[in-house]
Amino acid sequence: MTEPLDPGASLVRLVRDEGRAVLATLTRNLGNLGLAEDAVQDAAVQALTTWGRDGVPPNPRAWLLTAARSRAVDRIRRESRRTEKEAEAVRMLEREPPVPSDSAVHDDLLRLVFTCCHPSLSAETQVALSLRTLCGLDTAEVARALLVSEATMSKRLTRARQKILVAKIPYRVPPDHELPDRLEAVTTTVYLLFNEGYTATAGGDHLRVALAEEAIRLGRLLLALMPGEPSLLGLVALMLLQHARSASRLDDDGDLVLLAHQDRSGWDRAAISEGVVLVGEGLRRSPDRADRYVVQAAIAACHALAPTYAATDWPAIVSWYDVLLGVEDRPVTRLNRAAAVAERDGPADALVLVEAIDGLSRYPLWHATRAELLARLDRPADAVAALDAAIALPSTDAQRRHLESRRAALQA
Amino acid sequence: MPQYAAMIYAQDVDWTLPEYAETTAEYGAFGEAAAAVLRGGAALYPTPTATSVRVQGGKGGDVVTTDGPYAETKEALTGFYLIEAADLDEAVAWAAKIPAAWDGGTIEVRPVIDFGG
Repeated sequence: MTEPLDPGASLVRLVRDEGRAVLATLTRNLGNLGLAEDAVQDAAVQALTTWGRDGVPPNPRAWLLTAARSRAVDRIRRESRRTEKEAEAVRMLEREPPVPSDSAVHDDLLRLVFTCCHPSLSAETQVALSLRTLCGLDTAEVARALLVSEATMSKRLTRARQKILVAKIPYRVPPDHELPDRLEAVTTTVYLLFNEGYTATAGGDHLRVALAEEAIRLGRLLLALMPGEPSLLGLVALMLLQHARSASRLDDDGDLVLLAHQDRSGWDRAAISEGVVLVGEGLRRSPDRADRYVVQAAIAACHALAPTYAATDWPAIVSWYDVLLGVEDRPVTRLNRAAAVAERDGPADALVLVEAIDGLSRYPLWHATRAELLARLDRPADAVAALDAAIALPSTDAQRRHLESRRAALQA
Repeated sequence: MPQYAAMIYAQDVDWTLPEYAETTAEYGAFGEAAAAVLRGGAALYPTPTATSVRVQGGKGGDVVTTDGPYAETKEALTGFYLIEAADLDEAVAWAAKIPAAWDGGTIEVRPVIDFGG
């Protein structure tokens, strides 16, 4: 018996990307996401073995689609309780063209995106379903990435597929009047996914850290499907600009490094350039109404382009925060604006702003920002008290270590 | 003659599964016995298939949908309409027009089992 070649990363990537297109088309053909996923999964396993041994066929998508269709037909025929709709699907599959056009695949992928991010599914279900169907991770990987047991994740995904099927979540691109709201659900899901990876940096699980890259890849796919869409331009730009700095966010001991002390030579310049170009395009395409992702990306771009912390264009950053507050007035946005005001106008003005923000008493960074400003105003006892309040609240390990070392420095 | 909706609260299971065949047969027997007085009714898929709809800001405001049933205990189900709709989006659009949706309540939209019988 010959041993199959170990499927390399590029082969896995190819099967995932083509598998997603095939899944999108097959779901439309069958009207059943769960059945289509099972069939594509079977075909993908077959492809990894066969292609690893014999090489990649000239048209990998057609190969996968043919294999997945025949697996789907097998499954429907095996299923004794098959519905009339699925029997119809078998007849239809047998008449389908062997390779759908690129524009048909484009439309199918959009349908798949909007189905996975349908507002009748919970946010956590949307994130899990997107990882499974749009990023092509298997259930065990999705479970590990989102820190739940495989059994729990399997149940969550099964319920989601059942809901899509029996509640008839439509497999279509929303009409124009619904598109802005529905697109917001999509961008929120992708950004949640990105943040899962971004905050996992300290944990060290490679799969969780890679979530940030999966989110960027997914964002790029969405941008390719809806070119010129400002919120997607902003979203991809924001993720690229934040991810560009991720290598410098923690030191060798896993401790948090503040922006002021980060080694800027470690930032990913190519990602920053790409992000800045996308911000520019996003701004040009949203002249009448600012988009929150574009504006957040503009702020990230100001930081990414500054040669040093001291040389940062703080007036520009404060102005962008003013624009952002016009889009969504959130306490955390006010806190971030106050931190930029501290650099522009000094700690006394910023402290007035920070203390005027309501609703952040349970947020450790509000206390930590207050502590920092009090320390700069030469009020170390007040600063230590504020740090104590921050430390008493739940936060990540890296955050807590950072707060404790700040307190130790102030008491020295 | 007035009609009444009888909302059944029982264990949250999938009645399409074969292990509940005996129970569904009991419902069938009840249905036959009560045939003269029944005007309509439906068996529902379990709660994980549900979607809750609310309108914020009064009539004509923002339609907000969430996953799952509205509440486990506090608010009781007070009645139901059967809405014929092509898909969930259409059903949600109708549900949002029911007064309770924009007047402080929630409409739970749940798909009805088609036993094919």
